[in-house]
Amino acid sequence: MKKTITLGHGSGGRLMHQLIEDLRLQLSNKILDELADAAEFKIGNRKLALSTDSYVVKPLFFPGGDIGKLAVCGTVNDLAMKGAKPIYLSLAFIIEDGFELAQFKKIVNSIKQAARQAQVLVVTGDIKVVEKGAADGIFINTAGIGVIDYPASLGVKAKLGDFIVINGGIAEHGMAILNARENLEFSSTGIKSDCRHLNFSVQRCLKASKKISMMRDLTRGGLATVLNEIAQGSNLGIEVDQQAIPIKKSVSKMCDVLGFDPLYVANEGKFICFVNQKDAPKVIKVLGKQARIVGRVTSSHKREVYLTTKIGAQRILPMLESDQLPRIC
Amino acid sequence: MKASKIRLMEVCGTHTMAIAGFGIKKLLPKGVELISGPGCPVCVTHQQDIDRAIEIAKIKNVIMTTFGDMLRVPGSKGSLEQLKTAGADVRVVYSCLDALTIARDNPDKKIVFMGVGFETTSPTVAAAILEAKKRKIRNLLVLSNFKIIFPALKALAGSKKTHIDGFICPGHVSVITGSLPYEQIAKRYKKPCVITGFEEADIITGIKCLLTQIKERKSRVEIAYKRAVQKKGNLKAQRVMFSVFTLNDAPWRGLGMIKRSGLSLRKEFTNFSAEEEFRVKVPRVKEPKGCLCAEVLQGIKSPRDCRLFKKRCTPQTPVGPCMVSSEGACAAHYKYEK
Repeated sequence: MKKTITLGHGSGGRLMHQLIEDLRLQLSNKILDELADAAEFKIGNRKLALSTDSYVVKPLFFPGGDIGKLAVCGTVNDLAMKGAKPIYLSLAFIIEDGFELAQFKKIVNSIKQAARQAQVLVVTGDIKVVEKGAADGIFINTAGIGVIDYPASLGVKAKLGDFIVINGGIAEHGMAILNARENLEFSSTGIKSDCRHLNFSVQRCLKASKKISMMRDLTRGGLATVLNEIAQGSNLGIEVDQQAIPIKKSVSKMCDVLGFDPLYVANEGKFICFVNQKDAPKVIKVLGKQARIVGRVTSSHKREVYLTTKIGAQRILPMLESDQLPRIC
Repeated sequence: MKASKIRLMEVCGTHTMAIAGFGIKKLLPKGVELISGPGCPVCVTHQQDIDRAIEIAKIKNVIMTTFGDMLRVPGSKGSLEQLKTAGADVRVVYSCLDALTIARDNPDKKIVFMGVGFETTSPTVAAAILEAKKRKIRNLLVLSNFKIIFPALKALAGSKKTHIDGFICPGHVSVITGSLPYEQIAKRYKKPCVITGFEEADIITGIKCLLTQIKERKSRVEIAYKRAVQKKGNLKAQRVMFSVFTLNDAPWRGLGMIKRSGLSLRKEFTNFSAEEEFRVKVPRVKEPKGCLCAEVLQGIKSPRDCRLFKKRCTPQTPVGPCMVSSEGACAAHYKYEK
């Protein structure tokens, strides 16, 4: 069989990383090679951040958000993770012939609201309409630009001894989407996507501590995949404590029923902050009640993540291989 | 064969993953070893059965539906996932009732449900078939590869190739079957059996019960999962299951043909049989060269003993079924053991 790109290549796991790495080698330059959520560069004396993302969620509307809100928050968050203050967004649609105008208006309205809340302006855009079947309803791409005022720019590497702070419960977006997409009967559980912009939370963290080495938002591949990327990128080990990882009971139970590991499920409003041990309580304080210290950066077991389970055993927490699939029984 | 360690077999794939996920093996005393059994439905599905599903999925106007786990299982020439990428209509469903809905919505297509699983799964499939009959939905077809677990357990308990001191029995299956069918294994083969659930405390309690029995030289059936499992099980589910299915001899990957261990549709339901409808012939296939899944499924070998493990055989490029199933012993080993 011919080699093809499969859905697994888009799931945020190892397959996708291979694909990105091949691409990076082709296009290699100093800025791209950082492989950060947003590119960081200087124009004149200004330090800027630039990021782009495409949004292809199904269903388009889900509890807690829709594709429009996602398209604003996702790009805003990628910029925020670089410590940048997002300013301008571009907005491009690819729309399938026959797409309902009322739905389009609803999406645009939620883009408007999300942009207002995140205090960014949509300043340029594009619309393409393609034949029926050439797209699935509507796809959105946004790019964003932001300025970096934080003195020591946020890197892509963690520091030895850093504590890892998370801003709240994991796996909500992924499970909410699955529930809505597959019409599973978990709607009474009230599971909602955590989709929201993080730029103000990030700014508060940066104000609270000057000893933050890096931040990452937890999207595809979930907490476990991001931690693995950071352990490898920083050439250090990471230890996390399962007991400390916040997760809503309803989300955890839904994962149990379907055989999903919440550590690999997508989020859209959660990030982790790598901060000096002493400053960790300051970051927790500004992030609010849901925030927790979930782990730390170690010199042992370099480039790997270890999890201390609820019963006190330590085991490796590997990178997601490819999409999680619901189990049989 | 007598081993120096006490060897307990967790029969069920969900137990295998839970044990690895909680890190239970690392906390056990040195003299106790946990080995994985044949209770992962994906793992024991014969390659030929997967080939058959693939051939049927290629037929025009067929929508193939199956559980997520089955998508990536390699047949002798590719998987359903690869076929889907190549353009076939293959859909993941969460239960056979979803397939029934697809059948209702696509009256001009033939909807095939590739069914695998044990007693936990088959009653719901039987219920879907009864529902289809009631609603006169005629385009739903089931490719039945369902199995029942007890004949395989008996085969293992009586096997001379492997030594097992006790069974950690599956909670899900036992909700349906009850604890009675295990009595024969405990009595005839003198193997303690403890039925337990999937939380860390359930599994640890189960292991403790087994060790106590072994120490006291007893072999009984115990339920350490009383909040879900009763002695007689779910009689209604059993009735529904056997009103639609009947026992037949079935091939188990790794274990070979086991008498009266499979479920096929009863005569009055043959119009729901995908096998009858399409009569696809698939050639016999040999296990992939070097793959030790057969031995792993019987607890004779550990994934680490396999020369393909972590080399040619990884979750991305699985050679054998124990790697492709998310609940297989090799996948658990690959993911969690260093």
